[in-house]
Amino acid sequence: MEEFITLAHGSGGRKTSELIGNLFKKYFANDYLTADDAAVLPGLSGRIAMTTDGFIVSPCEFPGGNIGKLSICGTVNDLACMGAKPTYLTCSFVIEEGFPVAKLEEIAAAMAKTAKEAGVSIVAGDTKVAGRGQVDGVFITTTGVGLIEEGADLSGAYAKPGDAILVTGDVGRHGTTILLARDEYGIEADVTSDCAPLWGTVKSMLDETKDIHVLRDATRGGVGTVLYEIAEESGVGITINEAVIPVDPAVAGVCGMLGLEPLYLACEGRLVVFAPKEKAEALLTVLRQGKYSESAAIIGEVTDDHKGRVVVRTPIGSETLLPPPGGELLPRIC
Amino acid sequence: MDTRALDIIRGYNGRPIRVMEVCGTHTHAIFKFGIRNILPDNIKLISGPGCPVCVTETGFIDEAIYLAMEKGVTITTFGDLVRVPGTEMNLAGARAKGAKLKIVYTPLDAALYAKDHPDEKVVFLSVGFETTVPAACLAVKKAKEWGVSNFSLLTANKTMDEAYRVLKGSADAFLYPGHVSAISGMGILRELRDEGISGVVCGFTADEILTALAIIVKKIEKGEPFAENAYPRVVADDGAPIARKLIAETMQPCEATWRGIGTIPGSGLELNSEYEAFDARKVYDVPEMHGHPNKACRCGDVLMGRIKPHECPVFGKVCTPEHPIGACMVSSEGTCSAYYKYDLG
Repeated sequence: MEEFITLAHGSGGRKTSELIGNLFKKYFANDYLTADDAAVLPGLSGRIAMTTDGFIVSPCEFPGGNIGKLSICGTVNDLACMGAKPTYLTCSFVIEEGFPVAKLEEIAAAMAKTAKEAGVSIVAGDTKVAGRGQVDGVFITTTGVGLIEEGADLSGAYAKPGDAILVTGDVGRHGTTILLARDEYGIEADVTSDCAPLWGTVKSMLDETKDIHVLRDATRGGVGTVLYEIAEESGVGITINEAVIPVDPAVAGVCGMLGLEPLYLACEGRLVVFAPKEKAEALLTVLRQGKYSESAAIIGEVTDDHKGRVVVRTPIGSETLLPPPGGELLPRIC
Repeated sequence: MDTRALDIIRGYNGRPIRVMEVCGTHTHAIFKFGIRNILPDNIKLISGPGCPVCVTETGFIDEAIYLAMEKGVTITTFGDLVRVPGTEMNLAGARAKGAKLKIVYTPLDAALYAKDHPDEKVVFLSVGFETTVPAACLAVKKAKEWGVSNFSLLTANKTMDEAYRVLKGSADAFLYPGHVSAISGMGILRELRDEGISGVVCGFTADEILTALAIIVKKIEKGEPFAENAYPRVVADDGAPIARKLIAETMQPCEATWRGIGTIPGSGLELNSEYEAFDARKVYDVPEMHGHPNKACRCGDVLMGRIKPHECPVFGKVCTPEHPIGACMVSSEGTCSAYYKYDLG
């Protein structure tokens, strides 16, 4: 018989213990995850990065992942962008009454698998159940701690004129996947989310050189929004070459039909990298050997002029402004 | 890339040429590709009235709001129209005051919605040129087949043929909107050529736009009026007869008012007598509304190519894509929106 989450699962009583014991502990088990009120952890020596992120994606399953995988990748990647090796993670669930237990199990399994790949332990968690209609399916919040790699010094404010700009793969895939998964447009295309944990990608770059100025994962708002953010935070101009921006043909096709700009569609497994021009080729070589960054490309450079703006060099040799981010982003993509 | 088209354009040293891109999607593409920035000084591109949202009169929005607020209908519409200002408010404002509004991607979805919600009165805001009209015609045809009686169209559809004639003289040549020609074919454009109106049917990639401009340059050097098809991968010589048949079955020409241009006889489409049960104006007895656009907005002059957007006193200051005063800033195809988003200044 198919089992569903009931309000009793969130009451703190026997049903709650069952859910935690049979489901979460089964998947998340590690030495630090105990029945105590808080996890007791060995100290980390060095600079620590810490972040938190909520996930409310609709639908909660999509080609290439589900909300569970996304909830680990999002936090792990935010840590990685500060040059931090993800170490400990906590997760908090708000589950809608009536949510199928089997689906929750798939979500937990995806979280465990992704956490293992990212090398992070899930050390504490919380489960709440909300009445039908008070949340949509399941919402997850994850908080993570990571140890910053010796010698890494990264910030959105550190981009400098002369830096090269790389993306670690083709852009706009997650946003397109979610758009199609909602089935509102009657368009079918073979597109899979790029959702992936990227510490390995970052580590391979830091092993090549510590001389990287900015790493940022292009989630909501896509690569375009990241470029405007960095231009603003670093007080620099940015020029990108449209012809070399990697875009999957199916993504380009869907965007063409719907009038969307791939640069403004979400990614969940792509980083934007700012590093001195002379380091760019070596970084590109390393990236192209990586599992999640085979289609990496050098897409542009940081300039002294047009501060705060992102200029696109088009394939016909003209220059135009990348339209600044507007209010046209899709809701609930992560 | 192949640079022959660009070489021809850059090599032009004749008298100044003004080319009007009629279609809003062309305006957008021309900005996106930065084409204006690489043209020589003697070739000027001016934007024409080809964005269906932009040429829609303020009174049309007032009618839609009247239907929603006074007659309790569910308005179904393309998303672009939601923020176009009416005299008092836009549809988004009406929604905040309780109007029922549903965004659809095709008119058929609106008809299906009506079928699935027999207790609601559903009106689709039918704007658009030849390209969009057949989809609206299909929706009413299907609604009739299904016996759906709670669905109707509020029409402000327009056709380009007569507009080209009115625009004669405002440019040396037109970049004809490729997707309008995909429906209406080359015949009408040859008639226009014989009346002294020149133009090239143009696609929407950078190469296609440059190719069309290169053809215009070459043809103008020859001095004869012309009508060429530079978008043959989509535009057949006889257009799309099936789509035209659908229009002829359900609609008939009428007078239409174009924002910025005025009234052009025979340039609109309304449902014919066989389909008048699907005409929202008749079904709900909508009173005549003329609408009063914001006086500071100079959309009309922008639409006719008389001024550039930044010559409008409100452009980029009080009128932005987030807070549009005029329709040209609302629509993604609008000229003001394109300038605001892409212009390097």
